[in-house]
Amino acid sequence: MLFTSYGFIAFLCILLLVYYIVPKKLQWITLLVGSYVFYAFAGLECLVFILFTTVSAYAISMLTHKAIIKENAYIDANKESLSKEERKAYRARAKKKRFRILLVGLVLNFGVLAVLKYTAFAVNNVNTLVGLFGAEGFSIPSLLLPMGISFYTFQTMGYLIDVYRAKVEPEKNPAKFALFVSFFPQLVQGPISRFSDLGKQLTAPHKFSGKAFTFGLQRILWGYFKKLVIADRVLVAMNTLLDSPDEYKGAYVLLLIILYSVQIYADFTGGIDITIGIAEAMGIKLAENFDRPFSSRSTKEYWRRWHITMGTWFKDYIFLPISVTRPMMKLNKAMAGKFGRVAASKTVAYIASGVTWFLTGLWHGAGWNFIVWGLLNCLIIMVSESLEPTYKKFHDKFPRLMSSAFYGGFMSVRTFMLMGLVRSLDCYRNVGLTFSMWGSMLTFKGMGEILSGGIFKLGLTAADFIIILCGVAVVFAVSKLSARQSVRERLYQRPVVSAVLCGLLFIAVITFGAYGVGYDASQFIYNQF
Amino acid sequence: MEKVIEILSELHPDVDFATADGLIDDGVLDSLDIVSLVAEIDTEFGVTVPAEEIIPENFNSAEAIFAMITRLDEE
Repeated sequence: MLFTSYGFIAFLCILLLVYYIVPKKLQWITLLVGSYVFYAFAGLECLVFILFTTVSAYAISMLTHKAIIKENAYIDANKESLSKEERKAYRARAKKKRFRILLVGLVLNFGVLAVLKYTAFAVNNVNTLVGLFGAEGFSIPSLLLPMGISFYTFQTMGYLIDVYRAKVEPEKNPAKFALFVSFFPQLVQGPISRFSDLGKQLTAPHKFSGKAFTFGLQRILWGYFKKLVIADRVLVAMNTLLDSPDEYKGAYVLLLIILYSVQIYADFTGGIDITIGIAEAMGIKLAENFDRPFSSRSTKEYWRRWHITMGTWFKDYIFLPISVTRPMMKLNKAMAGKFGRVAASKTVAYIASGVTWFLTGLWHGAGWNFIVWGLLNCLIIMVSESLEPTYKKFHDKFPRLMSSAFYGGFMSVRTFMLMGLVRSLDCYRNVGLTFSMWGSMLTFKGMGEILSGGIFKLGLTAADFIIILCGVAVVFAVSKLSARQSVRERLYQRPVVSAVLCGLLFIAVITFGAYGVGYDASQFIYNQF
Repeated sequence: MEKVIEILSELHPDVDFATADGLIDDGVLDSLDIVSLVAEIDTEFGVTVPAEEIIPENFNSAEAIFAMITRLDEE
């Protein structure tokens, strides 16, 4: 059931109505039933996989928690008789045991994800390899990839690790836990929530609040505007450019980079707006996933502002644990003695970053283009970090330049273009082709053709481009305004202005939304990840 | 506590770590500094800082870092 379908809107209206009609203690059950109904529309067989994750994670979390209680009870009972060293040794042994329980949960769930998502990719690569020796390859299995499996698996495994780390108390009610795994608005494309933020909110009673409900609906409308008026309209030109890459080289690649940046921003942030808006209308606050990423002045900053919940997931559960593992600590100390502390820490951080970005790429999709995308991001961050002393010298030399709006704008545009360039690996889906397209871009061939009307031969008319430009201008203005204070909070003080603007936005979605002949309200891009 | 300030000052000599209380929130310490700091804590205090302890609250000031080291040493 697409967020952009009439069926979904009807489903949402009914669910919201039931949610606020039923007694408050039954609200979370309404959400659970609603979430499973929503998920069932993706295919009944998908339910098997989400149930597997729910049941296995629930069992592991309970076993882990039981082990923690046992550990604490033993320490408490023997507080007087145990020396500090004995206590530490016991804790270390107990933690190892606990880790083995966690490992079972991680292997089971990441195993299912790996088999479903990466088998075809692995077999393809094996076939290429054996093909070099003239051997016949294996047949490529066609496996079901349940909707949102990457998102709910990561969210649930984050929960298991938090329980293992004794950061959260596990949810003892299996049905309430099932809701945390399956909460329907975030099944499509995240955000990847933490149990400490979301768990109790989902099952708490929520009194109807006119303000929260209105804010939620406004946010949903804003999401539809971005998705239907901007993203799905740009999609038409993107499809033309990607259907015949040989025809659209040179300056067309630059055009593709800009168009795809606009499309993915409007698509992904629009989808997240709808998700957060739905939750908000129910009185539930989800984590924000974006913080005006295109105003970032560096790649590092960009990744702190784009897909925030994924970034923090990888930082907390992959980057940091790798950085502080025993072998890494040993490497750090060994290198610090020979090459200095900075070089040692950089080496450790870079190794951990490399692994983290490799996995981030792989998370996005089973393809070399995604892996190269991840590693290129890592490389850019490492190079920028290594050049930081040089930048600092330059900035110290020209202090006024640093604070000027022009230089700030230049840095933001540079980051936007650099990230767009790397992101085009996602479009062409082929590393060799992408690199050759980047090469062709340097010739600027086709620039004259684009400017003399070629741009209007990509499936979009001049009117379409005007709508896109106006849409982008509105999004940019709102983004600028919201940097200082929430736009919705400001509008809340002026109900008439708010009503007029929302009415205009609604009319814009209905009138300019990409519907009808030649258009198809498409699935969200991040749904495929 | 002095030892913690000494380690931090080696990383950023220009910062007054005795009074600074937003080391993570204000972006004074980045992931590279944290990796370095965790290795130094291990060497100087014999305390292993697990990944789950690397949260802003534990690294926002020299005092918070020292409190974390003391707690981990006692556990």
